[in-house]
Amino acid sequence: MSILINKDTKVIVQGFTGGEGTFHAEQCMAYGTNIVGGVTPGKGGQEHLGKPVFNTVKEAVQATGATVSMVFVPPAFVGDAVMEAAAAGIELAVIITEGAPVRDMQAAKACAVKNGMMTIGPNCPGIITADECKIGIMPGSIFKKGNVGLISKSGTLTYEGANQVCNEGYGITTAVGIGGDPIIGLSYKQLLQMFQDDPETEAIVMIGEIGGDLEIQAAKFIKENITKPVVAFIAGQSAPKGKRMGHAGAIISGSAGTAKEKMDALREAGVEVVVSPAEIGKAVKKVLS
Amino acid sequence: MNIHEYQAKQIFQKYGVPTPKGIIAHSVEEAVENAKELGGPIWVVKAQIHAGGRGLGGGVKLAKSLDEVRELADEILGMTLVTHQTGPEGKLVQKVYIEDGADIKDELYLSVVLDRAAEMPIIMASTEGGMDIETVAEKTPEKIIKVAVDPAFGFQGYHGRELVFGLGITDKAEQKKMIDFAKKLYTLYMENDAEMIEINPLIKTGSGDFLALDGKMGFDDSALGRHPDIEAMRDITEEDPDEREAAQYGLSYIALDGEIGCMVNGAGLAMGTMDTINYMGGTPANFLDVGGTANAETVAKGFEIILKNPNVKAIFVNIFGGIVRCDRIANGILEATKLVDVNVPVIVRLDGTNAQEAAEILKNANIDNVIAATDLGDGAAKAVAAAKQA
Repeated sequence: MSILINKDTKVIVQGFTGGEGTFHAEQCMAYGTNIVGGVTPGKGGQEHLGKPVFNTVKEAVQATGATVSMVFVPPAFVGDAVMEAAAAGIELAVIITEGAPVRDMQAAKACAVKNGMMTIGPNCPGIITADECKIGIMPGSIFKKGNVGLISKSGTLTYEGANQVCNEGYGITTAVGIGGDPIIGLSYKQLLQMFQDDPETEAIVMIGEIGGDLEIQAAKFIKENITKPVVAFIAGQSAPKGKRMGHAGAIISGSAGTAKEKMDALREAGVEVVVSPAEIGKAVKKVLS
Repeated sequence: MNIHEYQAKQIFQKYGVPTPKGIIAHSVEEAVENAKELGGPIWVVKAQIHAGGRGLGGGVKLAKSLDEVRELADEILGMTLVTHQTGPEGKLVQKVYIEDGADIKDELYLSVVLDRAAEMPIIMASTEGGMDIETVAEKTPEKIIKVAVDPAFGFQGYHGRELVFGLGITDKAEQKKMIDFAKKLYTLYMENDAEMIEINPLIKTGSGDFLALDGKMGFDDSALGRHPDIEAMRDITEEDPDEREAAQYGLSYIALDGEIGCMVNGAGLAMGTMDTINYMGGTPANFLDVGGTANAETVAKGFEIILKNPNVKAIFVNIFGGIVRCDRIANGILEATKLVDVNVPVIVRLDGTNAQEAAEILKNANIDNVIAATDLGDGAAKAVAAAKQA
C-alpha cells in the first residue's frame, strides 16, 4: 500500500516537450511511472518519448484516462495550467515549477479546491511511492520500499531523510515534498491522515522549516488524530531573523513561526523531535524498535 | 523586492489613495527647492531607507522654515541611520523626502498582506496607529481588525463596514472616505502583485480626511517580470552587494557572523546544515544555496563569495544531488581551487546522483586541503573540528 499514487496511476505531463519536462518525464518512466502522454499546446498529434502529445489537458484526459498531472510549465503559466487540469477532471496535480507568482497560485488553488482536485507544490520535488511510481524530480534510487511515510517542505531534506531511513534498514512507503511557498496544496494535516490510514506505513517523518504556522497546526492535529509514531525536524533554528521591511505577515497567526516554537509544539504533541537532520534515521529506529 | 516610502506613495497617488504632497530630493539644494515648491508653512524631512523605525532613529524631522529644511536635509543626507530594523551597522541615507506637514487628529494603522492560512489577502486595521503593530498584536490583539478578501469575488461592502465599525468611525462622510481608501489599497495590492502594504500611521486630519502618512510596500519577486514599472523602482544600493552578486549566478547567499562557510543545495538542507554545525558546537559563516542548476562556474563563484569573509576558517560543502549532479560539483571544487586561493580546509560531502563519479574525481585530484566526509553528521563534525584547529 501507499498513499495517493501507485504503479497503476496514469500520469500526464504538462510542459511535456520542454527541456525540464522531457528530462524528468524520461527519468520517471525509467523508474516505472505509468506516463500515458503529455500536453504541449500547438504540438498535439505528435509523439514524444514514445507517448502521445495533446494540445489540451481535456483531450489528454479523454484519450488516456489520466488522473494525475505532473506540471513542468514555466512559472508564468503555472496558474493557467493548474486551472486547466482542474477543469479537465484531473484528480491530483503535482506542481514542480519554481517561481510561480503567489497571486496566480492563490487563484489556482481556489479553483482546484472548487473542482475537487488535490494539488502538491508548487516549487517541490514531487511525490514518490517507492519502487512503484515517481512523479517529480527526486533521485529515485535512494527511496527503498519500506514502512515509513515522509512529508517535507524541503526537497533536499526529503532526500536526506529518506536516505537515512533506508541506511538504518527501513524504507519508504510514500514520500511527499509539499513545497515551501506561501500557498501550497496538500499539507501536513491531510497527508498525516493519509499515512495514518495506510496500513503499510508504521511511522511518519515530518520535515518542516521556519515561517508560517503549518507545523503548529500539524502538531495539534497529531495530538488529536495520529497514533503512529512521528519523527520531526524543523530547519532554520540558526537562521537570522528575516530581513524584511515589516513583519505584518507574521502577526496574522499571532506567532513568528520560529523553529523553537514549532519544535516545542511538536514535542508537546508527543512527536520525537530531532535537533539536527543528521539524527532523523536514528530517531526513526528509536520509534520503531 | 522592497521600495522606498516615496515610491510607495507614487503608487498610492496613481490609485487615488490620498497622501500628503511631497517631492524626493538627492541634495540639500534640491530639498530646499522642493520645500519652496510645496509652499509650507511646515515641512517634514524624511530619510529614505528600506527600514522601519526611521523616526526614532532621528531620520524624520519637522521643519518650520526653509532654513530649518536646509539644516535638517544637511543633517540627514549622508547620515548612517540606525533603527531596530537596520542592524547595528545602520544604513546610509542618500535621499530625503520633503513632505507637507499634516494636521494630525488621529493615528490609525492599515495594512494588506497574504493570510497564508486563509489563502487570501487580508486587510488589517487598528486604532493604535504609530505603534509597532507587533506590540499591539501581542498586548492588545482585540485592537486589530482583520478582514479577509477573497480575490474571486473582490472587495465587498461588508468588508468596508467591518473595517469602519471596527475602527469606531461613526461619521457617515468619514466612513465613506475610509472604505474608499481601503478598497483602493486592496486594488493596488492585487494589481501590482504586492506581498505587503503597510501604512503606519494612516492619519485623520482635523478636517476629517484620511491620509497615508507613511507607506511601505514589498512585492512578490516571482511576479516582477510582469511589472517592469515596479522593477524599475529597485534601489540596488539598498541590497547587500555580496547577496546581489551571488544572485546573478543563481546562488542564494546570506552572510552570518560565524566561522564555517557553507555551500549546500536546497534551502532546507542549507538551513539544516547550519543547524547541525551549531548543534556540534560550531558557528555558520553564511547561508548559501547553490540551487538546482549548479555547475563548475557557479560553485567556483560560491567559493569566491564565501572566502571574501575573513572570518571563514573552514568550508563545508554539503550536496545531496537530485537534479544537481555531484560530479559537476566535484569539478566545480577543482575549478575553484584553480581560480580562487582556497586557503582553508574544505570538507566535502557529496551524496545522491553521480556521487561515485564525484568521489573518484576528488580522489584523483588529490588536493591537500580537501577532506571527504561520509554523511551530514560526519561532515559537520569534521568542519567544526577543522575550524577549531585553524
